[in-house]
Parts: sequence; C-alpha cells; structure tokens
Amino acid sequence: MDRYYFDHNATTPVSAEVLAAYTEALREVYGNASSIHGFGQQARQKLEEARGRVARLLGADPKQVVFTSGGTEANNLAVLGTVRACRRERRHVITSRIEHPAVLAACGALEREGVAVTYLPVSGAGFVDPDEVRRALRPETVLISVMHANNEIGVIQPIEEIATIAREAEVVFHCDGVQAAGRLAVDGVASQVDLYAASGHKFYAPKGIGVLAVRPGVPLEPLLYGGHQERDRRPGTVNVPAAVAMGVAAEAAQRDLEAEQARLAALRDRLEKAILDRVPATGVNGGAPRLANTTNIYFDGINAEALLIALDLRGFAVSTGAACSSGAVEPSHVLTALGLSPERARASLRFSLGRANTVSEVDALVEAVLDAVAHLRRLSPVAVHA
Amino acid sequence: MPEELIAVAMSGGVDSSTVAGLLCRQGRRVIGLTMQLWNQRRLPELAGPGGAGRCCSLDDVYDARAVAAHLGIPYYVVNFEERFERQVVKPFIEEYLAGRTPIPCTLCNNFIKFDQFLELAAGVGAARIATGHYARIRRDPDTGRYQLLQGVDKAKDQSYFLFGLRQEQLARTLFPLGELTKAQVRALARELGLPVAEKGESQEICFVPNGDYAAFIEAYFCEQGLAPPRAKGEIVTRDGMVLGEHSGVHRFTVGQRKGLGVAVGEPLYVIATEPARQRVVVGPAGELLRERFEASRVNWVSIAGLSRPRRAEVRIRHKHVAAPATLYPTGDPERVEVVFDEPQRAVTPGQAAVFYEGELVLGGGWIA
Repeated sequence: MDRYYFDHNATTPVSAEVLAAYTEALREVYGNASSIHGFGQQARQKLEEARGRVARLLGADPKQVVFTSGGTEANNLAVLGTVRACRRERRHVITSRIEHPAVLAACGALEREGVAVTYLPVSGAGFVDPDEVRRALRPETVLISVMHANNEIGVIQPIEEIATIAREAEVVFHCDGVQAAGRLAVDGVASQVDLYAASGHKFYAPKGIGVLAVRPGVPLEPLLYGGHQERDRRPGTVNVPAAVAMGVAAEAAQRDLEAEQARLAALRDRLEKAILDRVPATGVNGGAPRLANTTNIYFDGINAEALLIALDLRGFAVSTGAACSSGAVEPSHVLTALGLSPERARASLRFSLGRANTVSEVDALVEAVLDAVAHLRRLSPVAVHA
Repeated sequence: MPEELIAVAMSGGVDSSTVAGLLCRQGRRVIGLTMQLWNQRRLPELAGPGGAGRCCSLDDVYDARAVAAHLGIPYYVVNFEERFERQVVKPFIEEYLAGRTPIPCTLCNNFIKFDQFLELAAGVGAARIATGHYARIRRDPDTGRYQLLQGVDKAKDQSYFLFGLRQEQLARTLFPLGELTKAQVRALARELGLPVAEKGESQEICFVPNGDYAAFIEAYFCEQGLAPPRAKGEIVTRDGMVLGEHSGVHRFTVGQRKGLGVAVGEPLYVIATEPARQRVVVGPAGELLRERFEASRVNWVSIAGLSRPRRAEVRIRHKHVAAPATLYPTGDPERVEVVFDEPQRAVTPGQAAVFYEGELVLGGGWIA
C-alpha cells in the first residue's frame, strides 16, 4: 500500500540536504564545542555557523539564539525562565486559551507556584484580540505569551500589535513560533518580540533541536543547572550535529519560503475546496490569515477518530490535533476555545501539507476522504445540517 | 476484493493478545484497537503504587502496542471515556446508591464493546470484531438464529456477562477463545511468542482499584464536587431491632457477612439495603434464601422468546452454580417469573439472572 503524509504540523521528514549535512556533522564534527583543542574549535565553528543561519531566519542577532532540545524546552525556558527570574511578590502572566501544551502546562506549573495567569479567550475564527491583552494587563504582569501560528487550525495571531502593547507596558513578550518559523516569513515579527521559540523538526530538520531567541536584557532563569554553555542560559554539551542540521534547514526554508508557501497554499485550497464542495455538512475551523499548509475541517455527524483510522488504513496520515499519553484522541482545547460544540470538535480533522505533497497526492486524499466519509455516514446516518 | 477486516479488542492482556495472534496465524486481515475507557489521572487518591492494576493504564496500552508490533498489525487506541462514564460508571454508582449491586461488565458489554466498539470497527472498515471472551457463538442451522454457549473452559466461562447481546451483534462477533481452556491459551501465547504470554490476570471490575467500590464512589463524588453519599445509618434486623450503626448503605451488598461490626450469637448477613431510610437489614443465613424472583428487561439470546413455562438452570451471580428452576412468562415479554426448585441464597437486586439450558444461554434479565 502506498502511504501519503499529510501531518506536517506534527513533524516533517528530514530533507535530503539536511540529512547530508547532519550525517556529515555526526561523522566529522565530534568535538565538544566547549573544548579548547582543535576538535572543540571545529565544533564551535560549526555551531556558530548554524546559529547564524537560524538567527537569519528569525531576523535575530546570533548572540540572541539559544539552542535547546526542541520547541517544548524553548517555550518552557521562555515562560518559566522569565517569570522565575522576577523576584517580585505578586506576579501575573497573560496567555491565550489556544496555546500549545508546552506553554499552557508551563503556565499551570507557575500557577502552582502562586503566579496568577489570565487565559485570554479567542474569537470564533481563532484570534486573540489585542485590546483584550491591553485590558488584561495589571501592574504585576511580568509576561505575555501568545503563539504566532496555531498548530491545529493554523491561524496567525496579530503579534505585531500585541508586541506594541507589551512594549508600551514594559512587559516581556514571548511568542511561540514553533509552527510559524520556516513556514512563513517570521523575521519581521520575531525581531519585535522579547522571546521567540522555534523547533527544527517542523521544517525538515531532525527532532531534538530547537531555539529560543532572547532579546538582550531579558532576565532568564535557566531550567537546568550545569556548565556555562549557551551563555549560561542552557547548560549541557550542545548537540552540534543537530544544530548544524537545523541551520541548514533554516537556510533552505528561507530560500524556498515564497515559492513553497504559494505552492502549498494552492494545494491546500485545492484540498479544501474539493472536500467542501463534494462532502455535505463540512466546513473549515478557524479564519484567515492562516498557515498556507494547514486546514482543519469538520465533518458533521462523523467521529473524526474513526475517520482518521479509516484514512490511515487507506494509507493517508492525518491528525485530530490532540492525543493523550495512551495515543487516544483527546477533545481539542483549541476547537473548544473557538466555540465549537463538543460534537463538532470530535468531528474535526487536521490536514497539514508539506514539501513532498503533490497535486495527485491531494487528489488521492480527496477520493479517500469521500469514500471513508460516505461509508461512515451510511453506517450511522444522522441529521446533518449543510 | 480483499479478505474482510477483523478488529480485535485488545486490552493488553494475554487473552485478547492471543485472539489477535490466532487470527493472524489463520491468515486473517486483522487490526488491533484498544479502548481508552477511563482517564487514569482522575481520582489519584485511589491509585496504588504506580497506578498498577488499573484498567486502561499506560502499561496495558504499552503491552497491547507491543503485541500489535510483534504481529505486524495496524494498532490504534480509541477514546471511549465519555461514553464509558455516561453508560457504565454513572449507572454503576446510581445502582449502588439505590441499594442494588450492579455489574458494570455487562453494561460495558452492552453499551461499549458490542455497541460503540462494533460501530467504530464498522466505521473503519472492519465488518467483524473479535474479543477474548470465553464463550462460544454458533448458528442454529434450523432457525438461522445465533446462539450463545458457555466457553469450553468452565472455570473461565464469561457467558454470564454476555446475555444482553442481540442477534445483529452476535452475527458480527468472534470469540476465538471459546473452544479453548485458559491453559491452552497461555500455551498458545507462548508459542506465538507474544510479549504478554506470562502476564497475570486482570482484576474483576476494571475501573475500581482493588475492588473497593465504596472508596471509588466516594472519590467520584468528591471529584464531581457533590456532597458525599449520606454516610451513617442503622443496622437493623428484619423486625426492626437496632443492632448498630453503619457508614453508608453503598458499602453493603446482599449476602455480605464481613464488615458489619455487630456481634450476636449467630453469624449475620446483609438481607437487604434500604437507601431511602439509610438502613441495612441483617439476619441469619436462613433469611437470605429466596425461592422466586422476577427478572426484568429480559433479552432472549438463543431462543426467540418464552410462550409457556420452560425448565432452565439459572445463575444469579457470576460465580453462582446454576440452579434448576422454571421460567414463567408474564404478560410483559420483557419480564419473566423465575421459580427455583430449591430456594437460593442472596438473590441480589441489580445482579443479572442468566437462563441456561446446559451450555446454551437462553437469555437473561435483571433481578428486580
């Protein structure tokens, strides 16, 4: 059976050029970047080259870029690190209800430490209202954290406006850019925020490498304690081969960004239009602007979990967005925050496209969806409202 | 046309794993599905060390996944938590609070395994399901009716929990272990090289740790922000003599002897619970005996119905030895009057009464 991958917001395959650079670095660059000798210096040089490439993607100064083990660590470092670095008695954080668990669960940990957290609602289209951010500000607010692009619905938040509000209020602003970096031009946005997180495996680098860009002067308590690596912000021997891979992936993403975005948007629109035209009682969750590669579609009356499995058995990998530790589908906090009924949230699937997807793959996916949905609706015909 | 797809309900235990292994060996097209029924992060106060011995634990999912990988079959975990809570856990609690002794396994079979699971399996393209139950299904060549029989291994027979199955469910279900003994199943598991071949048995009520249903009910009330079930009441004899106090009727079930905390000359048993008056009625063993009762919401399995009195053996508990009785039809096809030849001990409201004719499950209902 041929297999087709439409789950690039979960992760992407390592691209050929990244793989070549990665394996070469694994083979050749084995020195510890902190070592004084030539092997160490070689590793350090490769690491700094990579840092420069990632920094260019983010419109940041290389000195601001801290390599981490991935997006979750970068987001944890941003949220926990800035709030814990502030010694004030009363502390308050503003975030949104549709953040990734890497931010939400970190905020939950802060709440247990006595920090107050405001979880801003979003509109039915999935957007944070900058005025709501302004209204939520308190004298003791120490951090605002709003994601750039949402992993489940792809909507792109008005980060510049929120950054302006944060700057005026002199509050640190963190932006989780894990789904945005490498997918759309982020340098303009990333350079306006205090902290910006990115993850390599969302743009064809391997898992296990990410960065947090930290504006100079932002106080940051490290999560881990150890050596002096990454300017005392992230101890531990740096994973140089993975950093090299992320650097190459960042450069490739920047090079291909415009063309790839246009290509993916056309494919995504083709997919979306075909499903909406040909399958009754469907619709798109979330408004525009949106990531070019993402569409989240509800199929009223359908159990999305069954549809996902049915598609996988036909060779098509898609996602429902959220899974619990056992691997079962969990009700999506993002779709619920958009105001979807629990039934519609359970009837929604995410399709996220990437570099290898073609028109013929998309057309095959459409046929598989049509077939699987028709089968499911035949089994349990329910009243659907078109 | 590819061969039809069979969805195996995999719990991560040796029985359902062996079902998957057997079907694969027969060359059938198989997928494995594990039902996530209960979120183990809930009610943490009940968790044993490491949450061991509880249903839907990550360990069980890990085991089921390992078996599926060993067999090379597609495998998924499906989330039935919402439905399980609504149709099994809540009724289980309500029954206890109403002074009855429910059987969640039967509710789970009726509303989850042979309903939602069957539906999901059909949805993903599996026309049939297979489970690790020790019971047999056969088709009556004369009537075309699907019949349910006890498993060959009488010690493991689970037909008591399956009396609620309807014809369309039986038609789409396979019980590959029905012809095997537990010892044979274990030997097969070893032969198939299944990573769970040496795994221990699971407990009886999967979502209640250590069988302590009273603690479960109290923790659930606490989690839901509800006032705990009213605690104290009197322990009385049938003629109203107060013998002592108890800490909640939901802690008692008919036939129970332990935990009464009252001492008189002869051993006392719970004869009935009266939730409305918060009373637990106790008496000597003789008062537990009953000759007749009415079974309600009767489902006929292997026969179409009852038109005249019929002899049968009736089981009133999972481990009860089926006792000879006569079934009398009533005006209501869903109600049957059961009269035992010899009075039986602890006929317990809320438990199932299952009617057998030898190995054949005629049908069953709920003790009113």
